[in-house]
Amino acid sequence: MSNPYALRGDADAADSTPWFSPSIDRKLLKQLMQRNDRHSLWNYGLWLALLLASGTAGVLAWGTWWCLPAFAVYGILYASADHRAHELSHGTPFKTRWLNEALYQLAGFMTLHEGHYWRWSHTRHHTHTLMVGRDAEIAVHQPVRLGGLLLDLFFLKSGAAQIANILRHACGQITPDGLHFIPEAERPKVIRASRIYVAIFLALLAACVLLHSLLPLVLLVGPRFYGGALTQVFNLTQHAGLDENVHDHRASTRTFHTNPVFRFLYANMNYHVEHHMFPMVPYHALPQLHAAIQSQCPAPAPSLWAAWRDILPALLRQRRAAVAVVSV
Amino acid sequence: MAHWTEVCALDDIDNEDVMRFDHNNHTYAVYRLNGKVYATDGLCTHEKVHLADGLVMEHVVECPKHNGRFDIRDGRALGAPVCVHLKTYPAKVEGGQVLVQLG
Repeated sequence: MSNPYALRGDADAADSTPWFSPSIDRKLLKQLMQRNDRHSLWNYGLWLALLLASGTAGVLAWGTWWCLPAFAVYGILYASADHRAHELSHGTPFKTRWLNEALYQLAGFMTLHEGHYWRWSHTRHHTHTLMVGRDAEIAVHQPVRLGGLLLDLFFLKSGAAQIANILRHACGQITPDGLHFIPEAERPKVIRASRIYVAIFLALLAACVLLHSLLPLVLLVGPRFYGGALTQVFNLTQHAGLDENVHDHRASTRTFHTNPVFRFLYANMNYHVEHHMFPMVPYHALPQLHAAIQSQCPAPAPSLWAAWRDILPALLRQRRAAVAVVSV
Repeated sequence: MAHWTEVCALDDIDNEDVMRFDHNNHTYAVYRLNGKVYATDGLCTHEKVHLADGLVMEHVVECPKHNGRFDIRDGRALGAPVCVHLKTYPAKVEGGQVLVQLG
């Protein structure tokens, strides 16, 4: 049986059904959409500094048990590049374009989301959020297979798929989903970037052989896997267990409150309803956006734990769910 | 002879901002930037989102949905996810009113 979540024939057709949009003062929205190099340099600089510090600690402690806590921290920070790449793909953190693009390519490599492909895939996700057969980024397919979700605590399922995509693109073949959303003129960029990724993978393997050590892999690529659990726990809160095929982000997307450390790691994407409604509002302005439109949105879960108390029973129920595919 | 259509008072648009203008079943975006006005088609060439809901930064308008960016002076698409240029229209200010020569 074919996968209903694969992009179908009419996936590229325009969708004239209006999405719910909350009312917000234009002047306030314009103010919230402003980019801020200073804020982002501090935030991204801190992230990179913490990565460097924990990675250095891990290297210095390599061969002792002390490298385990150092690489645990490094892995969590490294895998959180997923959220950085996401925000940077929207072009919102930095006013200076080249800074935004350079960090996007770096974070994209770290999370194994080749940047050109993912920009187009994510554009589609924002156009057709949770529309089965039109959105290629629906993380949880129904009926839910818990095994796959558990494997992704270590990025094993999604990571393998991502690497397979990169290898396929490096061979000059665009994936069937990619053929839907990547314009023909943009495909050579995907192929070229994927070849660079493969060259880095091979260099990394060569370094491991030459050094007789796994340390190069522990520092690069590997951390997206061994440090990926928290990233997966965050990512699943975005849409898991919520409604598919509705033109209302309040029904398909989840916002929750959380502590400052998680908000830093998750780049404020806990305000996910707000992010989908106004994707051009940078991460640092999402709390203000939330305050401005909260009366028009469902009450958010008070914590990550509370959000998961909703998600888990829903996922268990959806193990037996039938997939509804709507035409628009 | 060129026909100019009155759109709004100049003061109706903030500096470095954009306003939607609908006329004859077509939607336009009219911009004010440092004493000058510009006009383009109102919908992003990528996925037909209203640019008037977007952000104007210097001479660039950014689509509110997908970060598509256009130069408002000549309609140039400035990179993915927009690949098709935006149509522009002559615009001017006369007597405090914004006038656009529509297609």
